[in-house]
Amino acid sequence: MIPALFVFAYLAVVIYIGVFAFRRKVGEHPAEDYFLANRSLGQFVFLLSLFGTNMTAFAILGSSGHAFANGIVTYGLMASSSALIVPLSLFLIGTRVWALGKRFGFITPVQMFRDRWECGHIGTVISIVQAALLVPYIIIGVMGGGTALFAISGGRIPFWIGGAIVAMVVMIYVFFGGMRGTAWVNTFQTTLFLVFGAIALVVIGVGMGGFGAAVNELLSSPSTASLLTRERISPLFFLSYTFIPLSSINFPHMIIFCLTARRMQHFKKTVILYPICMLAIWLPAVFLGVMANRATEVPAIQAKLEARQTLATQAGTLSPEERNQLRAQAAGDDVLLRLLEAYAPLWLAGLLGAGIMAAVMASDSQILALSTMFSEDIFAFYEGKERFGEKAQVVTGRIFVIALTIIAYTIALRFPQPIFDLAVQYAFSGYSAMMPLMVGALFWKRSTKWGALAVTLWAAASVTAVAVFQSVVTTPQVVWSIGGVEALARTPGGTAVFGLLPVVPMVIISSLLMIVVSLMTKRPSEATVSRYFIR
Amino acid sequence: MKRSLLVVAIIALYLLHQDFWFWRAATPIVFGFLPIGLFYHLCYTLVISALMWLLVKQTWPSYLEEQADLESANPQSAIRNPQSGGHR
Repeated sequence: MIPALFVFAYLAVVIYIGVFAFRRKVGEHPAEDYFLANRSLGQFVFLLSLFGTNMTAFAILGSSGHAFANGIVTYGLMASSSALIVPLSLFLIGTRVWALGKRFGFITPVQMFRDRWECGHIGTVISIVQAALLVPYIIIGVMGGGTALFAISGGRIPFWIGGAIVAMVVMIYVFFGGMRGTAWVNTFQTTLFLVFGAIALVVIGVGMGGFGAAVNELLSSPSTASLLTRERISPLFFLSYTFIPLSSINFPHMIIFCLTARRMQHFKKTVILYPICMLAIWLPAVFLGVMANRATEVPAIQAKLEARQTLATQAGTLSPEERNQLRAQAAGDDVLLRLLEAYAPLWLAGLLGAGIMAAVMASDSQILALSTMFSEDIFAFYEGKERFGEKAQVVTGRIFVIALTIIAYTIALRFPQPIFDLAVQYAFSGYSAMMPLMVGALFWKRSTKWGALAVTLWAAASVTAVAVFQSVVTTPQVVWSIGGVEALARTPGGTAVFGLLPVVPMVIISSLLMIVVSLMTKRPSEATVSRYFIR
Repeated sequence: MKRSLLVVAIIALYLLHQDFWFWRAATPIVFGFLPIGLFYHLCYTLVISALMWLLVKQTWPSYLEEQADLESANPQSAIRNPQSGGHR
C-alpha cells in the first residue's frame, strides 16, 4: 500500500500544478487563454509538454509488454521510426501551422482547413472524424489509470475506484487549468519519468544480478535467444510500421500543442532533442521488457511465461476460450510494474509507480483537444460565440470536459480493454491516412476541399472496414490470394494486405484521392491561396 | 544544393532504419549487455538527432516567423480567424 500512498501524493501535486501553480489573469481573449495558454509556452515547457503529450500508457507499459513477447524489435518498430518521423513532421508541418495560427488566430486544425479550402460543413465532417478517432484514446487513459492503481496498491484499490480517481484528477486540472495547467502537468510528468526511468533501469539491473548475466542466459536458451534479435517480426511488417508515426502530427492534440509556443524558435530544441527523449524513455522500457523473461523468480512473471509456453505447445488442443484466457495471462503490459515490485525498495517503487501514472494520465491533452474542437469547430462556427459571447464559449468547453470524462469513465467500466486497445491501433492508422490533409493544405496550392473530403471519408471508411474485417474473421487465415500471393490475410495481430499493415494501402490510396479529386475539382480563390504561400 | 543533400540524407536515414543485415543476429553483445540490433538502433536515434540539428541549422524557415511577426505588429492588416461564420 505504501507505493499507492506515493501515487496519491503525486496526484495531489499534479492537481496543485495544474490548477494553481501557473494561473494567470485572463486577458481579452479568454478562449485563446484557456485553449492555447495564450500562445505563450516557453522553450523548456514546450519541449517537455509536447513530448509528454505523445507519451501514453501504451508507450510505456505497452512497449514493455510488446518487448516481453517479441524482443528488442519493439524499439526499432515503435521508437526509432517515430524518432525520425515525429521531429521531421514538427519541423515541416508544426512550424508552418504555428505561423498560420499566429497570423490568422487559428485554434484548431479544422479552422485552418476551412479557411484554406473555403469550406464550412466539410470542415465539420473532418472535425467529427478526428473526434471519433480520438475518443478510444481517452477511454484507454481511464482504463490505464484503473489498472495501474490496482497493480500499484497490490489489488487493494479496485479498478472502478482507481479509474474514477484518475479520471477525476485529470478532469479537475483540465477544467480549471486549461492548456496552461495541462502543459505544466505534462512537463512535470515527463521530467519525473525521465529521471525515475533511468533510476529504475539501474535498480532492476542490480536486483537481477546484472544485465550482462541476464542477457547471456537469454542467449543460451533456444526459446529466448530470438528475443535478442528481430526474427519474431517480418521485415515487411517492420517496414510498414514506419507509416504509423505519420499519424502523430495529425492528431488534433499535437497540432493544437504546436500553436501554444510563444516563438517559432522554440521548435528548434524540440526538433533536435525529441529523438533523445525517445531514446531515454523507450530504450529502458523495451530493454526491461526483454529482461523480464529472465525474472523467473517473480511469481507473476513466471505465471506469464508458463501461459506462453502452454500456448506454444498445446494451442491445437485448446478451446478458443482457453486460448484467449492464456493470451490474457501471458500479456506483459504489467511486467514493468512487476519488476519494480520485486526489485525496487518500497519508496522507490512508489515514486516509479507515480512515474508510470504520469504516462497513463496522458489523456489530458486529448480531453482538452476534444473540448477545444467542440467549442471552436462546432459551437463557435455555428454562431454560438456570436450569440452568447466568448466567455460562454469557454464555459461550454469546460462543461464538455466534464461530460466527456463521465462518458469515458462509464464506457471504461462496461467494456473490456482489448476492444479499445484495438480501437487505438485503428486510430493511429486512421490519422496516418489523414496525412494528405496537412500536406495538401500546406504544400500543394492545387488541393481542394473535395480532395480533403475524399481523404476524410476514405480514412473513416477504411478504419471501419478493417475493424469489421477483424471482428468477422477472428482466426488467422488467408482470405484472398492472387496468383499464389497473399493479398488479404487475418494474422494473429491484425490484418495484412500483401504482407503489409493496412496503414500502407490506406495512406497510398488517401494520397491518390487527394491528388485525383483535387485535380478534378475547382481550386480555392487566388486570394486565399496567396495568403498561404508567401514564398 | 545544401537542401538537396539534406533531403538525400533523410531518405538515406529512412532506408537505414530497415537494417535487415542484423535481423537474425544477437551478437556481438555491446558493452556486455546490449544486443547488436538494439545498439544499432540506439546509434541510429543519436544520428537522427544530429541530422535534425543540421536541418535546423541550415534550413530553418525563419521567413515564416518574420511574416507572422509583421502581421501581428499591424493588427489592422491581419485577418483574424477568417473561417468563423465565413465560407459555408
